[in-house]
Amino acid sequence: MLCEDVLERLSAFLDDEVDPLGSREIQKHLDACPSCTDALGRMRGLAERLRAEAPYYPASDSLRVRVSQAAWSDASRGRITGRRFGVAARGWLGAAAAVVVVLGGTWLVTSLQREEGSRLIEREVVSSHIRSLMASHLTDVASTDQHTVKPWFNGKLDFSPPVSDLSASGYPLIGGRLDYLRGRPVAALVYQHRKHLINVFAWPDERAADSGTPPRTQQGYHVIHETHGGMTYWIVSDLNPEELSAFARLLVTGG
Amino acid sequence: MTAGREGHLSPRELDRFNGCVLPYLDAAYNLARYLLRDAHDAEDAVQDAFLRAIRHFDSFRGVDGRAWLLSIVRNTCFTRLRGRPSRGENVEFNEEIHSVEEAVSGPEVDLARKAATESVHEGLERLPVEFREVLVLRELEGMSYKEIAQVSGVPIGTVMSRLARGRKQLLLAMAPPGPKENG
Repeated sequence: MLCEDVLERLSAFLDDEVDPLGSREIQKHLDACPSCTDALGRMRGLAERLRAEAPYYPASDSLRVRVSQAAWSDASRGRITGRRFGVAARGWLGAAAAVVVVLGGTWLVTSLQREEGSRLIEREVVSSHIRSLMASHLTDVASTDQHTVKPWFNGKLDFSPPVSDLSASGYPLIGGRLDYLRGRPVAALVYQHRKHLINVFAWPDERAADSGTPPRTQQGYHVIHETHGGMTYWIVSDLNPEELSAFARLLVTGG
Repeated sequence: MTAGREGHLSPRELDRFNGCVLPYLDAAYNLARYLLRDAHDAEDAVQDAFLRAIRHFDSFRGVDGRAWLLSIVRNTCFTRLRGRPSRGENVEFNEEIHSVEEAVSGPEVDLARKAATESVHEGLERLPVEFREVLVLRELEGMSYKEIAQVSGVPIGTVMSRLARGRKQLLLAMAPPGPKENG
């Protein structure tokens, strides 16, 4: 193999994109040719410098919000048209109704309603999370001290939300604010993990038994619902589901 | 299923979109930022591209959401580049003119020397956009030639030669000024 043939394929050789036979020939030539080996070294150095020095530009939070909002609102427009005119949607509802009649029970209706209800809350919770990031109205009371944040809610809510200090586990408290969900004022507590913000919405639900759901994904955000000790918690963040679950466990057990 | 869709994402498609496409928002912005070299334009282009991706999500068949999204982003950016002639962006790309094979003199080398820089980032930004594109996809996204070909809509052989030429040109631009480099 001549140097010029090798030099021509050096870039593809570097990327491991040369067929095995050609690759063996190039390697054989390189073993004997210091000048081609030198050229490969320069090319490899360039690739390494590009990876190390050329910045990787991440999308801004506001772009993230706009884009996920666009997908979500497109889908909800689809749902509205589907409900009014969609033959498929009507057919599905009809089938569901028939099943209900055949079973003669009400449990299915209740579970469907519960499912739909929790989907609705999930959407509300995610919208609220996005709004809090968007309007730079993340906290009404900015403090990392649970003994400042908890009393702040006195007189603003008819319950006292549990506020934990989880900074030792890597989830420092950022603050709290009042929010409005399911037609009632609720406590929103903001925690942070590395660069990710976590909104925790809490309100009392004495009727519910202790339970937890695995993380669900909505518009690129993860949502966890936990009920513990008569309190219901909705936890939402762009943090990965594993760490968010770990956070949820810490939160309900009080660290 | 598409009959009831009426041009909008169904809840299942929304889940799929959120799972397969949305995670590549950073990759989309990074590519647009390098192609357009302007933060504001890049944001607009990515938003446009996502609107297109949502509208045409029924055309997404495969599993590679990244390549699918980036090809839409890439096309959106090139359309924008064509619309801005005054910036001197080289969109009328000519594989011959931009070839630096055997180049030790001539306009290519003059260009490379004029663009001489210490910073590999600046060097990358000054490359013709087609070279910049493949280098970003290769070095920053770590894509295979096959994936790059899918994003750029060109044969794998073209990806191969653009990467080789882009690297040569960037090496020339990075070479210290003074004594002539021998290819």
